[in-house]
Amino acid sequence: MTIPTAHGTFTSHVVSLKKRKTTPCLFLLPTLYAVIAHTLLPDTDSDLKKRWKRKRMEKTKRKPWFWIWATASIIFRLILIYFPRNLNLSSRPEVSTPLTSLRRLAEGYWLKQASMSPYAGSMYHGSPLLLSILGPLTVKRIEGQPSNLLCSLLFVIADFISAMLLRATGQNLQMAYNKSMKSLGLVRPLESSEVLSSRDIAALVYLWNPLTIVTCVGSSTSPIENLVIILSLYGASSGLVPLAAFGWVMATHFSLYPAILVIPVILLLGYGPDAPPRKLFLQGNSDKIGDNPSTDSYYQHKEVTNQPAVPIIFSWKPVLHFLLWASIWSFYVLVLCGISVRKYGGLLEMFKRTYGFILTVKDLSPNIGVLWYFFAEVFDFFRNFFLIVFHVNILFMILPLAIRLNHRPCFLAFVYIAISSMLKSYPSVGDSALYLGLLGLFVHELADMKFSFFLFCGYVGVSLLSPVMHNLWIWRGTGNANFYFATAMAYACLQIILVVESVSAVLNHDRMLRKLPITKP
Amino acid sequence: MALLLRPIVSFLFFFATIAYGSVIEEEEFSEELLLKPLPDRKVLGYFHFESKAPPTNTYGRHHRLFPKAIYQLVQKFRVRELELSFTQGRWNYERWGGFDPISSSNAKPPGVELWAVFDVPEDQVDDSWKNLTHALSGLFCASVNFLESSTTYSSPDRSFRPFSGSLRYGTLPREAVCTENLTPWLKLLPCRDKAGLPALLDRPSIYRGFYHSQWLHLTSTESGSVGVESGIVLEQTLTVVLQPNTQRTSKTYSSDAVIQPSWSVSSIFGRKVSGRCVLAKSSNVYLLLEGGLVSEVKNLQKENEKSGAGSIAIEGFWSNPGFELSVIPDRVIKEVSSLHSKSSSVLYEFLIEKYSDSKPFDLGFTWKLPVVWSCPQAPLHASRFLMGSGNERGAIAISLKSTELSGGILGADIIEDSCRLRVDVFQVVPWYVKVYFHTLQVFVDEQPQTVTDVVEKIRVSPSEDKISPGVMEMVLKLPCDVKTAALTLEFDKGFLHIDEYPPDANQGFDIPSAVISFPDFRAGMHFLEDNSSNNSPMLSKFQERSPVLSYSEVLLVPLTTPDFSMPYNVITITCTVFALYFGSLLNVLRRRVGEEERLLKSKAAKKTGRLPELLSKLSAKLRGRPWEPPQSPSTSSSLISRKLIFKVTLVAGIAAAWQYYSG
Repeated sequence: MTIPTAHGTFTSHVVSLKKRKTTPCLFLLPTLYAVIAHTLLPDTDSDLKKRWKRKRMEKTKRKPWFWIWATASIIFRLILIYFPRNLNLSSRPEVSTPLTSLRRLAEGYWLKQASMSPYAGSMYHGSPLLLSILGPLTVKRIEGQPSNLLCSLLFVIADFISAMLLRATGQNLQMAYNKSMKSLGLVRPLESSEVLSSRDIAALVYLWNPLTIVTCVGSSTSPIENLVIILSLYGASSGLVPLAAFGWVMATHFSLYPAILVIPVILLLGYGPDAPPRKLFLQGNSDKIGDNPSTDSYYQHKEVTNQPAVPIIFSWKPVLHFLLWASIWSFYVLVLCGISVRKYGGLLEMFKRTYGFILTVKDLSPNIGVLWYFFAEVFDFFRNFFLIVFHVNILFMILPLAIRLNHRPCFLAFVYIAISSMLKSYPSVGDSALYLGLLGLFVHELADMKFSFFLFCGYVGVSLLSPVMHNLWIWRGTGNANFYFATAMAYACLQIILVVESVSAVLNHDRMLRKLPITKP
Repeated sequence: MALLLRPIVSFLFFFATIAYGSVIEEEEFSEELLLKPLPDRKVLGYFHFESKAPPTNTYGRHHRLFPKAIYQLVQKFRVRELELSFTQGRWNYERWGGFDPISSSNAKPPGVELWAVFDVPEDQVDDSWKNLTHALSGLFCASVNFLESSTTYSSPDRSFRPFSGSLRYGTLPREAVCTENLTPWLKLLPCRDKAGLPALLDRPSIYRGFYHSQWLHLTSTESGSVGVESGIVLEQTLTVVLQPNTQRTSKTYSSDAVIQPSWSVSSIFGRKVSGRCVLAKSSNVYLLLEGGLVSEVKNLQKENEKSGAGSIAIEGFWSNPGFELSVIPDRVIKEVSSLHSKSSSVLYEFLIEKYSDSKPFDLGFTWKLPVVWSCPQAPLHASRFLMGSGNERGAIAISLKSTELSGGILGADIIEDSCRLRVDVFQVVPWYVKVYFHTLQVFVDEQPQTVTDVVEKIRVSPSEDKISPGVMEMVLKLPCDVKTAALTLEFDKGFLHIDEYPPDANQGFDIPSAVISFPDFRAGMHFLEDNSSNNSPMLSKFQERSPVLSYSEVLLVPLTTPDFSMPYNVITITCTVFALYFGSLLNVLRRRVGEEERLLKSKAAKKTGRLPELLSKLSAKLRGRPWEPPQSPSTSSSLISRKLIFKVTLVAGIAAAWQYYSG
C-alpha cells in the first residue's frame, strides 16, 4: 500500500474495502458512508461483522446529534434574519468592511443600473461578478419582509455549504491521517477516546461560532469569500483539482489575500493531506543503516508486520493540473469581469479599484484591525514605507512556515489564513470565523496547546469590549479613538498568540510522534 | 482744429453705434443704490456698480475706468463668465423675499461662492480654474485658493447654468468675510469709496448688519469664439440688510402691531451722500416699495379717505397716511404687472447729480402708521437638515414646504390636470460625506413615493475619496398642490487622515448649500416702458427674467476625530506588536529540541563537502594545529559537489543576468 496522495486515498480505500469486506450489505451502502465506516474501523480486526454493526450503532447514535445541532444553527440564523433592523448588524464595523459591505454593493449596483461605473466614487470595491449575482437580490423586495432577505438566505446557504465542506475536508484529513499512522504502525492514541470526530467539531464550531452567525446575519459578503476558500481546501484535500483551482481563483479574485493559499494547495495536491513529518517515513526506510539503535527493534518489527514505508515523492501531476486549471479559471474569470466592466474603464480600472484599494488602505474608517488607525496617524511621507512593511510581513512568513509545516498543508493553510486575517487591511470577524472553524479540524493535534483558556477568554473579552469602546467613541462621544484602538491591539495580540501557540503545538505534536515509537515497545 | 474735429469724431461714433448696435463703445461706469424697507423692521441696501469695457480689438488695451486687474484676469485665463460672492449671514427667504431679482441673484450662501466659465478647450479648464482661484485669492485677500483642490470644486452639468464642460463651481462655506475683502473689492471702482455712493460704505455700520454679501459678476466676450464681441461687463453689487435704530419708536398702536422704525440714509449708514462720483455715467438712488406694502398703504389711504381725514391731495404717493419721505423723488416708476401679487411695486428715483457737499442727499423714511405686509415668496420654501445621531452615519434631508403665496400662483395653473411643479436641486457634498445614492427616498405630503415618479432626471457623480466631491443634480416634478415634499439621502461619515483635519477639528465640517431653483418661475420686474429706464443698468437687470433660485442652509457635520497627539505612540505600539509577532513566530519555527539537534549534527557531519573541509584545513593551518578530519567521512561527496557546482552556476547566472539587465 502506498502512502496516500490526494488521489490515492479515496480510491484505494474503496478498493480495499471491496476486497476485504464481502458482506453484501456493504455494497449497498453509499461509497462515502463506507469510507467513513472504514476510517473508524480498527485494522487489526478479525470479527468484521460484529465490529461493523457496533460501529453502525454508534454512528446512528452519534449522527443525529450532529445533524440536530447543524439544523439548529441554521434555524437560529433564519430567526435572526427576521430582525435585521433591531440588530443593526450590517453597519457594524466588525462585520462589514468597505470590501464586504452589502450596502456598498447595493450602491455599486445602483450606479451600474444608472449606467455609471460601479466603481465610480469610492463606494464599491468588490468583484463585478459578485455585483451581478448579489446586486439584483439587493433590489428585489418581498412585501412585508426585511430588505436584504434574499441575500441573507443566500449567505445562510453559503454558511451551511461551508460547514459541510469543512466536514468533508476534515474527513479527508482524518482518513489520510489514519492511513499514514497505520503505515507507520502507530495506533492513534486519541482515537479510542474521541467522542466527536474533529470534522464534526470543525463544522459545528464553524456553524455555531457567534462570529460566523454575526457575519452571516449582518449582510456582508464574507460568507461567500469563506465558502470559496473552504471549497479550494476541500478540492485540494480530496484531489478534485478543478474544484481546488476554482476555489483558489475565486477566493483570490474576491479578496486578494487568499492568493498565498496557493502554497498549501499545491502541497496538498503534491504530498496529500496532513501527515506526520516525512522524516518518520524516511527513518523507517533508513532503519537498515541503523543510526538509531534504540528504535531498531521496533522498526524491524514494523517492517515484518507492515509494508515498508515508501519515501514520499512530491507528485507533480496534480500540481501541474492545478496550475493548468487555475490559469483556465482565472482566464475565465477575467473574461467575465472584462465583459461586465468593459464600458467602465476595463480590467485595469477594476484592479485599481479592488486590489489597489486593498493594498493602499485608502479607507481609514475604524475596523477591528490596526492598520486604519496606524495609517490615520502616520506621517504622510512614511505611508508608502509602512504599507510595504505590513504587506511584506504577510509574505515574509510564508516561506519559513512552508518549509517547517510542509507535511501539514491544511494546517499551513490555517496559519496563512490566520496571519492574513490579522494583517489584512480591512479585517472583519468573518475572517476570524473562518480560521476558528479550520482550527476545529486540528483539535487532536492542538490538544496540548498552551494558553487556550486565556485565548478563549481573550476572544470573549475583546468581542464584548470592542463594541462598547466603539459606541463610546463614535456614538456617545465620551470615549476616545485610543480606547477602541486598544481593543483592536488586544485582538491582534490574541491572534498572534493563537498563531504562534498553534504552530508550536503542532510542531511539538510532531516531535511527540517521533518519540512515540521509542517509548512504545 | 478741435472744433472741426469734434463733429467728425462724433459722426464716426454715431456710425459705429449704428454698426454694432448693442456693442459698448465707451467705457462706462454707473452707480446705483436701492433701498427697500423689509417687513421685519429692517432695511435692505443694494449697491449696484457696473463697469463696461469695449472689446480689445476695437478699443485697445488701455482703460480709463475699467479696473486693470479684472481686465488682465479675463485676458489671461480666458474667462467667459465669472461670479464671485463673499457673504456673511444668511438670507432670510421667508421674511426678506424669495421671488424678486435681488433674492434670486444676490442672496448667496455664506462664505465664498465662485463659479466661472472658461473659453478654453476642455482639458485646460481645470488648469485655468486653479490659476484663476489663485489670482482671485490675491486680488481679494481671501482664501479663494482653497478652491484649487479638486475636492472642493465640481463641474455641474445641467441645473446650475446651461454651460457644458467648461463651467466650474466651488464654495467655501466657512470663509469669514470682513473688511479686508471689501477694500480690494472697492478698489475696483473708479472712485473707490472716496466719492459717490460707495462713500456710504462705512465699515462699522455695514458689518453690524444682519446680512451682507459682496458680489462680483463678470461677463466677457473678449476671447471671441462667439460671433459678436461686446466687451467686458463687470457688475459689482453689495447687498446689506441693516436694522435701523429703534429708539425713536416707542409709541405702540391699538393693535399689537408695532410701528416700523423710521430710518434715513444717514441713520442706517452713518453717512450722507455728498454728490456723485464724477466718473459715473449715472448715479441714482432708488427706493423700492414692494407690491404688498403698496397695497397695504393704499388700503390705509382708502380708510383715511372714508373717514374724511385723507383730504390732502396725494399726487405722488410719497407722502401718505402710511409713511412719508423727506426728499421728493425725481421720478416714480411703476411695475407693470406682477405675476405673483395683486398690487404692483413702486420705485422712486432720486438723482444724485443734484446734490453736493453743501447739500448732501439724506433720504429719510418716516413711518406714520404700523403697516404689516409680506414679501413675495418662492413657490416652495426649501430647508435642509441632518438626521441621525452619532459620528458614524446620518442622512441629509431637503424639505420643501409650500408657501402661502404660492397657492395663488399655482391656483391659476391648476386647471390643467397634469399640473406639475418643476424643482431643480443641485447639491455638492464633500468626499468625507459618503452619500449612498441608492438610499434616496422621496416623500410627497409625508407619503413615501417611488423615486422614479417624482424624480424626472437625476445626474450623480459620486465622490471619490480625496479626489472629488459628490455632485447630485436632480429635476423633480412635484404635483402643484403639494404641501410638503422631502428628499432624504443616507450617508456614512468618512474618517480623515490626521493632517486633513482643520485646526479646530471638533467644530465639524460644512456641507455647502444646496441650490434649489424653480425654472418654471421667473423673477423679474417689468417696469413701465420708459426710455430712461434703459439708462439704468440696475433696472434693466431687474427686467431680465432670471429663474427663481434659493440656497439652503449650510450644514455642519461633526466628524470623529482621532487623537491628534498620538502618532508616535501609535506607530511605536503597532510596530512593537508586529515585531513581537514576527519574532515569536520565527522563534517557534526555528526552535529545535535535543534529539533534533543531534540528528542535525550527524547530518551536517555527513554533508560536509569539499569546501568546508578545505576551510577547516585552512583554519587549522592558520591556528597552527594539526588538522583533524571530521568524524564521519563523507559518503556522498560526489553528489554534494554536483550540488555545489549547481549552486555556484546558479549564483553566477543570476549575477550575470543582473549585470545584463541593470547595465
